[in-house]
Amino acid sequence: MKSEFTPPIGKISNMNGQCISLIGNDIDTDRIIPARFLKCVNFDSLGESVFEDDRKTLKGKHPFDLEKNKHASILVVNSNFGCGSSREHAPQALMRWGIKAIIGESFADIFYSNCIAIGIPCFTLPKKSIEEIQNYCDNQSLFLEIDLKNSSAESKDFNFNLKIKESSRKMFLSGEWDATSTLLDNENLIENKFNQLPYTQFNTNFL
Amino acid sequence: MSQDTLFDKVWDLHKVSSLPGGSDQIFIGLHLIHEVTSPQAFGALKDKKLKVKFPDRTVATVDHIVPTDNQSRPFKDNLAEQMIETLEKNCLEHKIRFFNIGSGNQGIVHVVAPELGLTQPGMTIACGDSHTSTHGAFGSIAFGIGTSQVRDVLATQTIAMNKLKVRQIWCDNTLSKGVYAKDLVLHIINKLGVKAGVGFAYEFAGPAIHELSMEERMTICNMSIEGGARCGYINPDEKTFSYIKNKLYAPKNEHWDKALRWWESLKSDENSIYDDVFKLDASKVEPTVTWGITPGQSISINQQIPLLDDLSPNDKLVAEEAYEYMSFKPGQLIKDTPVDVCFIGSCTNGRISDLRVAAKVLKGKKVSKNVKAFAVPGSEKVATEAKQEGIDQIFKDSGFQWREPGCSMCLAMNSDKLIGNQVSASSSNRNFKGRQGSPSGRTLLMSPAMVAAAAINGKVSDVREFIN
Repeated sequence: MKSEFTPPIGKISNMNGQCISLIGNDIDTDRIIPARFLKCVNFDSLGESVFEDDRKTLKGKHPFDLEKNKHASILVVNSNFGCGSSREHAPQALMRWGIKAIIGESFADIFYSNCIAIGIPCFTLPKKSIEEIQNYCDNQSLFLEIDLKNSSAESKDFNFNLKIKESSRKMFLSGEWDATSTLLDNENLIENKFNQLPYTQFNTNFL
Repeated sequence: MSQDTLFDKVWDLHKVSSLPGGSDQIFIGLHLIHEVTSPQAFGALKDKKLKVKFPDRTVATVDHIVPTDNQSRPFKDNLAEQMIETLEKNCLEHKIRFFNIGSGNQGIVHVVAPELGLTQPGMTIACGDSHTSTHGAFGSIAFGIGTSQVRDVLATQTIAMNKLKVRQIWCDNTLSKGVYAKDLVLHIINKLGVKAGVGFAYEFAGPAIHELSMEERMTICNMSIEGGARCGYINPDEKTFSYIKNKLYAPKNEHWDKALRWWESLKSDENSIYDDVFKLDASKVEPTVTWGITPGQSISINQQIPLLDDLSPNDKLVAEEAYEYMSFKPGQLIKDTPVDVCFIGSCTNGRISDLRVAAKVLKGKKVSKNVKAFAVPGSEKVATEAKQEGIDQIFKDSGFQWREPGCSMCLAMNSDKLIGNQVSASSSNRNFKGRQGSPSGRTLLMSPAMVAAAAINGKVSDVREFIN
């Protein structure tokens, strides 16, 4: 755990930080935050338990325990990262540890939506580029400057064109990624929809 | 882009608006909540000074953290007690219907909603749980969401979401004797892989799917997410309608006729367009068991654990991790692998038909002395039904422990956990590292009938040898 945690707020357009590489496909959300840590009514203390079991198994050699990664904020992963459970506790734990953006080969759907909803942009790159970054991180520190306006990531040695869903990119740039207020803007439309749906007419016991 | 599938029809019907970023605002017809993923969402409502917009369209129960041995309050586990109290308080404050322990309707959320008739064709259903895809068995569009989206549904009854593509999975012929819905869905995930479903809804169709009972269909849709698809569904038919009829929250009298007319119009058109189609022959599926650390790493009961060279380059990395974690050798047979714990339950396979099938295998037999076996009914209703049929007694006579309803050792948030590197034969849905409560515990997923067979022999067995 690093300095005091402050959640992201408003427009997100630039992120500069050190990369932390985590190798493996299909890393599920049970591994990111084991279920026993879900016994909580807020997310505050999740940061210290991120990857708890994997870290214990690796006895200090897990990337999240290495001294050189202490200040890293851009997580670089392989394919289908965040599969399994819908627990938002997983990206919350990563964010509270210090992760501000994730670059990967691919992400599981629910994990991706959860990241967007809490202000962690997730970008994709082809397998080859990811491996290039991960190899580089083996021996030295990689600092990337991510610019969401043109979806680029740059360092002195690299220049990548990141991919991100256009809807997510726009939401971060406009600061509307915290969806509640945008959704509430359409309150009349929501009421209309409710009244139009066939089943709201015949589910008399339900209501 | 898909056209005229059930998914397209239900999506379009529930679309409230196109959002500036390009995603859609979708109305959620039924919102289910439980104790684990809702407290922070209620907290956020409080922070934003918002109310629950349609309290009648959210239904709550408690399942993940409940003990299955002694459910008297307060729970022995203080944190679990705090979570159930928080849910009780939130439901009371926001006037949300809550099926608590002892109500007769408590249980695993994905078992409870269908058995109450809350789950209906043509609805959108969301819940802070990835196995919400279960409800797609009724021709609803159902998917798991995170806590921020739970907040959004509470506050607006809508969520922002990108429309999914649709892949039809066509299952020809019928399943053979001793082969169940669980085997079929494990087979599908193995063939397509655990991430093929990312960005897709899965439509399960074909003669083999048509043949399945509603409970078996729920098993199939339940595990869509294990193939990467956050939503899986089956077009509704006569079986769907007769399952719902007379359930507590089913439409009644003249409303029933109206509902039925609408439901009958809901299936994918014959000439609908899919983004992808995958076909398989269900008669070729055999009893299936996972050997690794993802639900895609499965083989038929008589097969060997794959050699590294037999796998595609993409699968090798996880396979190597799996051999090491599971302490299995490539080429080893899965059959006869000794098991320490046998678990029958979960939102995948904790329904009455699952218990009936397992009881048939167990009747007159004894659980191996080396095995700890326990059965956890999916809901209070399932438990009552099982008792009426004498199924609980068959389980107990065989040496199984008979427990109270809950999620239990599917994810081990209560005290039901593996110890050390124990091997479990489990009717649940995930064999991830550490999933069943021990950081080195090992899970073999299989059908409830196969779990029963493993419990008797003390090792992974072919259930077909028990049922002839």
